[in-house]
Amino acid sequence: MDRQLLIFATVCYLAAVIRTVISFRARIFRRSRFVFLTIALGFVLQTAFLSVRGHALGSCPITNLFEVLVFLAWSIALIYLLIGTTYRLSLMGAFTAPLVVLLQLVALLLPIDTPRAFPIAPNPWLEFHASISIIAYGAFALACVAGAMYLVQERQLKTHQLRSIFYHLPPLPNLFSAMTRLLWFGFILYSAGLISGFFVNEPLPWTKIALAIAIWILYGAILQGRYLRWMAPRRIATLCVVAFAVALSLLWSIEFVGHRA
Amino acid sequence: MNFFCFGLNHHTAPIEARERFAGHARSPAVLRDLGCSEVLLLTTCNRVEIYAAAGANIANEEIAESLRINDEPSSKNDLEAFYRKENAECARHLFRVAAGLDSMVVGETEILGQAKRAYADARASGNAGPLLHRLCQRAFRAAKQVRSKTQITRGPVSVGSVAVDLAEKIFGDLRGRKVLVLGAGETSAKTLRALASRGVSDLRVSNRTPARAEELANELEGIAVPFATWLEQCREIDILISSTAAETHLLTPPLLVPILRDRADRPLFIIDIAVPRDVSPEVNEFDGVYLYDIDSLQEIASESHELRRQQIAAAEAIIDEHVADFQKHLGLSQSGTRPTKECPTRVSGELRASEL
Repeated sequence: MDRQLLIFATVCYLAAVIRTVISFRARIFRRSRFVFLTIALGFVLQTAFLSVRGHALGSCPITNLFEVLVFLAWSIALIYLLIGTTYRLSLMGAFTAPLVVLLQLVALLLPIDTPRAFPIAPNPWLEFHASISIIAYGAFALACVAGAMYLVQERQLKTHQLRSIFYHLPPLPNLFSAMTRLLWFGFILYSAGLISGFFVNEPLPWTKIALAIAIWILYGAILQGRYLRWMAPRRIATLCVVAFAVALSLLWSIEFVGHRA
Repeated sequence: MNFFCFGLNHHTAPIEARERFAGHARSPAVLRDLGCSEVLLLTTCNRVEIYAAAGANIANEEIAESLRINDEPSSKNDLEAFYRKENAECARHLFRVAAGLDSMVVGETEILGQAKRAYADARASGNAGPLLHRLCQRAFRAAKQVRSKTQITRGPVSVGSVAVDLAEKIFGDLRGRKVLVLGAGETSAKTLRALASRGVSDLRVSNRTPARAEELANELEGIAVPFATWLEQCREIDILISSTAAETHLLTPPLLVPILRDRADRPLFIIDIAVPRDVSPEVNEFDGVYLYDIDSLQEIASESHELRRQQIAAAEAIIDEHVADFQKHLGLSQSGTRPTKECPTRVSGELRASEL
């Protein structure tokens, strides 16, 4: 039952992706209410899935990699719905939906929805630590999306090859501003998640701690580079994309290490 | 009662003829005296058109006379520049005009505003009645649909508008941006005007001939700066428009490097209109520097023209639908004529032709 909800949610996001591709091909790429609504519906279905799963588990549904990926996809959609309109970056939906589809397809297609071999005693600190860290990942994912949009727009301006999307993407300063705010938002949440990890009161493998701190340092360095103007905006945008790819692969490692611990 | 359109435009008449028959404030009243029950006068730099409803046929010579603004007698050649379209063809013409399909730059949107103002004037002066009301409202709807359903208005089609679009993508809001014009050619002045229309207020002009710089600066409410200081100005400005007659590059990577160091990560948009070019193409390699020469600007404008041209068929299909719907609404026949009881049409030779 709960997997069906997730499949329907994935179909909604897929509809947003298909609509975007069709718009691209017809060269009438523009802000679309359809994309926003399908993402919103997908978000509702994801929330229903997480709620059903959470009730069944009696805890926050982030007990295995499958649930972590779904929770991450849900966080991305949540932050997009919160900031998409605020920063007038509705077009971000067209870039966000494929990322969510990718995460949920990986979750659905790989055999990673394995229940824990042993029950875990409820630990509010652990749940807070894990959930806030994943929501931080959601912000980093959106920063990656804004960074990708920046790179697309910047490349068109540099090469003088203006595609249809050029006229619909926001100006570079707006994208850069959204990117840095999302980085800050994610960094603050991630810091809170990291600090709360020390109150979990359970033995944690040192590799997991080291990887988590490595991600924190990586994003801290990007923000430092931004404010000390060590790097041009284009490099910050590139780093946002690269850092999220690294963080996502480390998340996998953290989970892997966590399960073996 | 029939309705018709009578006029001339850039397709049919040179500017001299359009100037002679530019229409005036009294034109609608004259046409009312001639028997028109409703009259709308649409005048722009490219067209002078009368849209009117009348119970009886009014001769083209009389309408043309009402538009003439001087005492110079009109010749037969003058009348050949006019066209006349009736009922459904009149509706189609207005829909096409409002949608920008009949404009010099296909898809331009200014004409819709001009048509709306002409209609508002006709209403305010009591010259527009129910028929023109329906015709105009339908034209505005058709134009809006053409704009939203096709890409006919997409993309800039002149060097100035390309520069503005690019600047807005690089800087976002253009208010408060600083522009330096190097050289004082006509294209750079046009580009500067286009930027000023979007809020750029700090305009600086530099030229080897100071008097020419002063002249352009005064015209655009900017300031003239000595030519010797133009490179120093590059530390402050956001946009550089260069159009000098220099035979070698004025701005090269070695000259730009120290300037970029002082600019931190503020982008610099360089529009090089000069031929031969004033700016070395290598400067485009620097982070935050966006260099466009005249060829790349014109290529973007041409691509937009081509894109708009590709959209014409889709736009015409929308117009067809609106014309058919309008015909049905008014009870016009398929041929576009309007059955009427009180007005057996008075055919007057070649003047009755739909387009002269």
